[in-house]
Amino acid sequence: MTEPPSGEGRALNPRPSLPELLLALSYVSLTGFGGVLPFARRMIVEQKRWMSAEEFNEVFSLCQFLPGPNIVNFSVVYGARLGGPIGAVLGLIAILAPAMVVVMILGGVYMYFGDVAALQRILSGLAAAAAGLIVAVSAKMAVPLFRRGFGPAPFVAIAIFIAVGVLRVPLLWALLVATPASIALAWRWRT
Amino acid sequence: MKAGGGTLDALVTHFLLLSLLAVGGGNAAIPEMHRQAVDVLGWMTDRQFADLFAIAQVAPGPNIIIVTLIGFHVAGVAGGIVATLAMCGPSCLLAFGMGHIWERFRYARWRVLIQAGLVPVSVGLIAASALILAQAADVNWVAFALTMVMAVIGYFTRLHPLWVFALAAIAGYVGLV
Repeated sequence: MTEPPSGEGRALNPRPSLPELLLALSYVSLTGFGGVLPFARRMIVEQKRWMSAEEFNEVFSLCQFLPGPNIVNFSVVYGARLGGPIGAVLGLIAILAPAMVVVMILGGVYMYFGDVAALQRILSGLAAAAAGLIVAVSAKMAVPLFRRGFGPAPFVAIAIFIAVGVLRVPLLWALLVATPASIALAWRWRT
Repeated sequence: MKAGGGTLDALVTHFLLLSLLAVGGGNAAIPEMHRQAVDVLGWMTDRQFADLFAIAQVAPGPNIIIVTLIGFHVAGVAGGIVATLAMCGPSCLLAFGMGHIWERFRYARWRVLIQAGLVPVSVGLIAASALILAQAADVNWVAFALTMVMAVIGYFTRLHPLWVFALAAIAGYVGLV
């Protein structure tokens, strides 16, 4: 797979200070349309170079397996890594608070006018673009799986993609089967 | 819309219980939220829930802010804040604890191997959600083109995605999608 020319090859920058993290995640919160993952990855991996593609995958995958919104978990875990409990709280506030303000303003406007026909039309356009952005981010996140002498990882990813995306196997069943299988395969491959 | 103590209590209880059930992201809990808010508790009509869902989708930020809107609808700004904190609190505490354990055993063999197993499953899931979202969104060729343009621009260029989102919003507003 070709590497995306998005600045991911550059050397990593030092870890951000907590105010820098607060600013960056707040910006992500305010601009993350149709799912925040692509925007968070763009900020942290591509623009700021605070994490490598591999590190991002590691932290994000952990957060995906925990209950709760993935990107909120990610902000908490990443914030904690940079600044302990205070960092975690700041990460949480930064990713949620700006979006909460915007959505409550929109909610207020809705209660006043009570008609979301225009919003529904806008939403159908946004959803199409958002799907494209998730396509791009999944391709970018797949790149590290194919790096140097890869083992079973790309095949596991493709199998999950087919099971959940194409065959629509219920998520819980797919996870219950695939996760132990994937860990066992990684185990065999590396020992 | 009265921010009485009883309503806030109900919001807290409702979303605290939901918090740890949302395995697989916030959207996994939407059907249960709908059942409770519309059928069980009667906080809103079916139509209102659909509208709030649309508003949360159009707004930037994590999808979980649907919870903020439900709380806001039921009990104003205080309701929005309280509901969001209740929904995210338990899962955030768990994430904090797990993140700590994960970092502490960073170089432990079992941790490295589990991680090596989790990453490809995670990437496969994101790719699957990309396909599912695209199939749901691409109702005509304009929508399909928007998805493709965004995918190509997102992968191959450093252009900010907001430009394409602006275009997509206009295309939707004038009825092309």
